[in-house]
Amino acid sequence: MPDIGSDIDPFAIPPYGLAVREKDALLCRQLNRLTRHHRQCCAGYRAILDALGRGCEPAFRLEDVPFLPAALFKLSPLQSVPDYEVVQVLTSSGTSGRAVSRVALDQRTAASLTRALVTVVTTFIGKRRLPMVIVDGRESLGGDGAASASAAAVRGFVAFGRDHLFLLGADGQPDWPALEAFLDRHRDETKLVFGFTYMVWRHLYQAARSAGRRFDLGPGILIHGGGWKRLQDEAVSNAGFRAVMQDVFDIAAVHNYYGMVEQVGAVFMECDHGRLHAPVFSDVLIRDPLTLAPVPLGQPGLIQVMSLLPESYPGHCLLTEDLGAILGEDDCPCGRPGRTFRVDGRLPAAELRGCSDTRPL
Amino acid sequence: MTFMPPPALDDRLKAAFADALQIPADTVQDDLAYRSIPQWTSVAHMALIAAIEEQFDIMIDTDDVIDMSSFAKARQIVTRYVAVGG
Repeated sequence: MPDIGSDIDPFAIPPYGLAVREKDALLCRQLNRLTRHHRQCCAGYRAILDALGRGCEPAFRLEDVPFLPAALFKLSPLQSVPDYEVVQVLTSSGTSGRAVSRVALDQRTAASLTRALVTVVTTFIGKRRLPMVIVDGRESLGGDGAASASAAAVRGFVAFGRDHLFLLGADGQPDWPALEAFLDRHRDETKLVFGFTYMVWRHLYQAARSAGRRFDLGPGILIHGGGWKRLQDEAVSNAGFRAVMQDVFDIAAVHNYYGMVEQVGAVFMECDHGRLHAPVFSDVLIRDPLTLAPVPLGQPGLIQVMSLLPESYPGHCLLTEDLGAILGEDDCPCGRPGRTFRVDGRLPAAELRGCSDTRPL
Repeated sequence: MTFMPPPALDDRLKAAFADALQIPADTVQDDLAYRSIPQWTSVAHMALIAAIEEQFDIMIDTDDVIDMSSFAKARQIVTRYVAVGG
């Protein structure tokens, strides 16, 4: 039984080119294809579906596509390609001793990850590479071999920049003279600032304030992600963060992003109206944390993420441990169609197991 | 200077590759591909882009940074930039 549209290349469609109805139909068909593919190629995934009593029948709604808990990748290295096809292993950035998630990428899935990031981010910042400040040290790029989620994010984002300045020196402190020299070189150019949310807050905003320094980073674009957990004590809200970046550093465009190592393609960028958007090759839905039933629009619950890009491991449909809510469908004032959502934080019970499986990408 | 005969471009591009990836120039062949040698990592890729930009005085767009997956592909991309005058 051929699926109509199952051969559509999601990259052939602009990343925010579909309204909810069309997109749901496309995603559903393609997710069914991925479910079949992984069922066929990954014995572990097949065993899970069998245990869930899920046969080969296709889902007719997004909510009916079988989902795995994202945390499963901490326990089990599920993959759908032979080892010799694996070109990169991504791991979550867990603190030492904690279980980390591990996903294996083949050439195709690794290339899709890069393409997804470029497709999405260039719609926000343009195709020209911008002078770039990374609010981190050079070592954030990571070493060779397996890449942590955070290193993969930094490596992914440096492609959007040029004349890269890593703000933190070898001593972990901001190199203010280097930043001043950088700003002199690029006075009137649009600059790209990238960093993990807590790094930007600590090592750019707070560090500059306590050093009594002020910098004009405008015209600038800030892209930050990785979650707010480490800033909980300081009660920094997204709105407060945006306001500080605009008022103190003159960075007019501030974009948070949400993503996780377990799901390639889940690149959700925040628009100027503070809403996270799902590009065409991915989407989210919200489930009740107790019943796991889908909840109505606006109601908070657990975030489920879906992506058409994971071919090398069965991560196309995952239930996260993050709480959030759908904000709207096809009605964002920024004009991008599709679902928008917000992320509220981690499900409290999951905190016992700690840490960073929702670190970026 | 907008006109540059292909052999000169090739030599300069090879030099940029050899320099950025720290490999002998004679190992830079058309089929040299991203991640096919230990030296051509994602981090080295950005150094390579910077070296090519400096060598040819051009600014390469993000799309082309991602597409530059082999030496042959790099020649194609750089030729295009040089043709439009960088």
